[in-house]
Amino acid sequence: MKASLTMKLWLIQRLSGMLLGLFVVIHLVTMIVTIQGGVTAREMLDHTSGNWLVGAFYSVFAIAAAVHGSIGLRTVAQEVVGWRGGSLNVVIGGFCILLSVLGLSAVKGLVL
Amino acid sequence: MVNQQETVSVSIWRGDEAGEFESYTVPLIAEQTILDLLTSIQRNIDPSLSYRFACRVGMCGSCAMQVNGKPRWTCRTLVRKVVRDNELRLEPLPNLPVVKDLVVDMETFFDKWQDAKGRFEPGDSVVREFSPITPDDPERKLADEAIECINCGCCYAACDVVAANGDYLGPAALNRAWSLVNDARDDAHIERLRAVSGDGGCQNCHTNAQCFARCPLQLNPTKSIAGLKKKAAMAMLRGKL
Amino acid sequence: MRANYDKKEYWASFAQRWSGVVLALFLPAHFMVLSLSLQGEQALDGFLHWADTPLVKIAEAGLVVLLTIHLLGGFRILLIEFLSWGEWQSWMITVTAGGAFACGCLFLLRAF
Repeated sequence: MKASLTMKLWLIQRLSGMLLGLFVVIHLVTMIVTIQGGVTAREMLDHTSGNWLVGAFYSVFAIAAAVHGSIGLRTVAQEVVGWRGGSLNVVIGGFCILLSVLGLSAVKGLVL
Repeated sequence: MVNQQETVSVSIWRGDEAGEFESYTVPLIAEQTILDLLTSIQRNIDPSLSYRFACRVGMCGSCAMQVNGKPRWTCRTLVRKVVRDNELRLEPLPNLPVVKDLVVDMETFFDKWQDAKGRFEPGDSVVREFSPITPDDPERKLADEAIECINCGCCYAACDVVAANGDYLGPAALNRAWSLVNDARDDAHIERLRAVSGDGGCQNCHTNAQCFARCPLQLNPTKSIAGLKKKAAMAMLRGKL
Repeated sequence: MRANYDKKEYWASFAQRWSGVVLALFLPAHFMVLSLSLQGEQALDGFLHWADTPLVKIAEAGLVVLLTIHLLGGFRILLIEFLSWGEWQSWMITVTAGGAFACGCLFLLRAF
């Protein structure tokens, strides 16, 4: 594909955004419904422990959020701070991996 | 009709990038345009003042500059409509190098026009079939909405992305590319989509719509750029880009 | 640019960018808290107990507002870029602001 990096990142940003649009609606509704009366770890784990659907959903959610957030931060770094080039891409890539790992570890803790 | 009581204090940028503002006090004349005011300053007060104009009737786009912080055509801006507390501030257009006083170097602006393939490509072969463009053709309507641009540079000057990203082609060039992408007679649609999807391409637009807000002809480059994004994305997903 | 402070679209863009930045920087903390579940129920409960104060709940509501702004603003961008620009885009900015405020209020009502 002859597409530039800017074009590819834009498309990934929009596609992950579409996914996140759906996921965030589900997440917000779930949270607003379930937080009534306070939240305890027991209540959370009762819903999430061993639940493969929850595990799959939040795993994809975490990675989509990591990718979407990283690409967004990259643009902000370029336009607001003027940071460009290879070093920015390395740092952003690192942030994306970090966020994915943290997200997946949270899913692991809640589901497994 | 000159109101002897009222004056305007005009701050004008003098010099190049490293210049400064100079103040002139002139009478506030009813129905005077900013261009009239500049001409009167140059003729009566300071002949060294440099500024651009040509047609003085809103057709050529030469007189664009920053008036009280917003890019406007000086020939079509009445002094009384923009003056605030009897003060006026005139600066060269932002996002372009300053040559002298109110004159900017438009070369980058026009280079980006070419980089976006903002010119009609007729194709090499002899025309065997004419494009039957009917008056209600939807693509022609889109092209017509965008086609009146006279390259004044106001949108380019207003755009925050242009300010933040030197590679960004900018609203005017992309708006023209959009009018051509919708031209059924043009032969370079794919090349043009490639040209507007590079690292400085349409995907950099954040839909701030500052271009739309400032265009003196009420053209909508934001809409054009959104159209380009969609067309480029579809072409890419179909493997045509 | 300062000159464009009078336009709704400018603020829509501003809010989209900065809500995104705050959310992207908040996410690692969010994932790390949830990862406390890896250390067992007590560890997570410890944090949830600390978070059971009015100030934290208001901060959480603030995050919900930012998330909803970014979500609805994102829907607007996706509609503009994948359908087209129309008169309705301006109305959608109002919906975004109103919707985010409503979501925040709803969260607060449930959280207290």
